[in-house]
Amino acid sequence: MEISIWNRHFETMPREQMKNVQSERLREAIERVYYNVPYYRAKMQEKGLGPEHIKSVDDLNKLPFTTKQDLRDNYPFGLFALPMSEIIRLHASSGTTGRPTVVGYSRRDIAVWSEVMARTLTSAGVSKNDFIQIAYGYGLFTGGLGLHYGGEKVGASVIPISGGNTRKQLQLMNDFGSTVLACTPSYASYLAEAIDESDIRREDLKLRVGIFGAEPWTDNMRKEIEKKLKIKAFDIYGLSEIIGPGVSFDCEYQNGLHINEDHFIPEIIDPDTLEVLPEGELGELVFTTVTKEGLPIIRYRTRDLTRLHFETCRCGRTLVRMEKCTGRSDDMLIIRGVNLFPSQIESVLLEMDETTPHYLLVVDRINNLDTLELHVEVEDRFYQDKISELQNLGKKIKNQIESTIGLTVNVKLVEPKTIERSEGKARRVIDKRKIR
Amino acid sequence: MIIEQLSVFLENRSGRLHEVFEILGKNNINVSACSLADTSEFGILRLIPSDPIQAREILKKNLFSVNVSEVISFAAPNSPGALSRTLKILADAGIGVDYLYGFSPGEKSFIVLRPDDAAKAVAEFQKHEMELLSASDLYKF
Ligand SMILES: [Zn+2]
Repeated sequence: MEISIWNRHFETMPREQMKNVQSERLREAIERVYYNVPYYRAKMQEKGLGPEHIKSVDDLNKLPFTTKQDLRDNYPFGLFALPMSEIIRLHASSGTTGRPTVVGYSRRDIAVWSEVMARTLTSAGVSKNDFIQIAYGYGLFTGGLGLHYGGEKVGASVIPISGGNTRKQLQLMNDFGSTVLACTPSYASYLAEAIDESDIRREDLKLRVGIFGAEPWTDNMRKEIEKKLKIKAFDIYGLSEIIGPGVSFDCEYQNGLHINEDHFIPEIIDPDTLEVLPEGELGELVFTTVTKEGLPIIRYRTRDLTRLHFETCRCGRTLVRMEKCTGRSDDMLIIRGVNLFPSQIESVLLEMDETTPHYLLVVDRINNLDTLELHVEVEDRFYQDKISELQNLGKKIKNQIESTIGLTVNVKLVEPKTIERSEGKARRVIDKRKIR
Repeated sequence: MIIEQLSVFLENRSGRLHEVFEILGKNNINVSACSLADTSEFGILRLIPSDPIQAREILKKNLFSVNVSEVISFAAPNSPGALSRTLKILADAGIGVDYLYGFSPGEKSFIVLRPDDAAKAVAEFQKHEMELLSASDLYKF
């Protein structure tokens, strides 16, 4: 069977040619920011750089980094490279602390966004014959509208239901015959439970593909969702600072997400030394946008940890692949000096038959010692009458986790359905050390 | 003579126990016997309701985890050594006891007991002409 590729020219372009395209676009982008964004000009001048110093992608590492804090410092429109009359859309990410970060799109930026989303959806086998139920939030968050424009571009029937309202989600999924579900992985798993508990029979639903992203999730979680929803689940990666969803996407071989690198050039750096790391090494992902007009962004530090692979994929795409992001350097907890990602705990829970992926980590500091407590729901049939069996189960979970993460953890079994189910990003950690 | 007992997993949170009985009461379900076993982490409420099937459904609907187990119940004279003689019957037959609960309101003691093999325990007790209580006997109390 022929593999569907939306833009064969760019998605299967030989690497040497891709490098030329990137270099040419990078030169133009640097000119634009240098002459239109005083902030970038000043930062380049500090390093003694002018546009003439950036000739190809090999010069990328000379450029200064941009962080989320830089966006906040220039709130709201300070980094925009176009007059506001040319900006046709604004999105903002919710700032948990302080100011939100604001992103602006020109008409062409919206077209680029639709293009990369069309590639993403096509790669997941979505076409004009599909009904795509978009259960990402619409609004200031880029998730909903990003999928929306991509869905329209490939000609699918778009159902802009937005997030939440689970009962309605199920009703429309059933009545409209949705074939594609787009939402966060945690909401997908919540919907799977809701389907089980409803009168709807899975075999009456036409659902076959899931497009899940906006929060880190593991391969085990993918398998779990695929099994529960009986669909093929595709990962989608993006961040609003770069464009929103559509920065990179899964193909059917799911061996890393293809980055739309003719628009967003990736680098991997050591988050401590800030040096660029060689191919295949784990480090922080950094992006430079080369076609964005409204808010071009230079060497943006994503805080996401991953690796890059450059060999041609079995799907035929030459676009560089990034490994699924399973941790953000921001999500990382440091417990008694050991690095811990909540996704590590999740992996263990998904591997055990007895446990569910519904958990909450409570971190505290008692007598100057970090403590880690795991609240977890177990599968219904494991809530036993016998106390000894329940205690053994608790011990088993504890041992399994401790041997994986190398930290002592107190396991607390909780009643079924008591851990908050999320309709957006799941809350997995309560760090009491920060609250005090 | 085997009785269905429900076990409800409870976190150690105040008010949780009350909720179980409130739900059962509202649904007109009577509880003939019960016992709460607790650990530092959680508790297990064991109860024998007048309508085990309905009670289980209602509790499940209210998101409690409910496990059904088989127990037996018997009456013994309320006198020194009576329970010892009863337990000896089980011990001699090689039947283990997971737990029991009971009380003696007057001339008789009433015991609910979870043996590791309920059918075998019933057979042994019948052989020794013990006074076994059926589910319907319990609901009469
Ligand atoms: Zn591929």
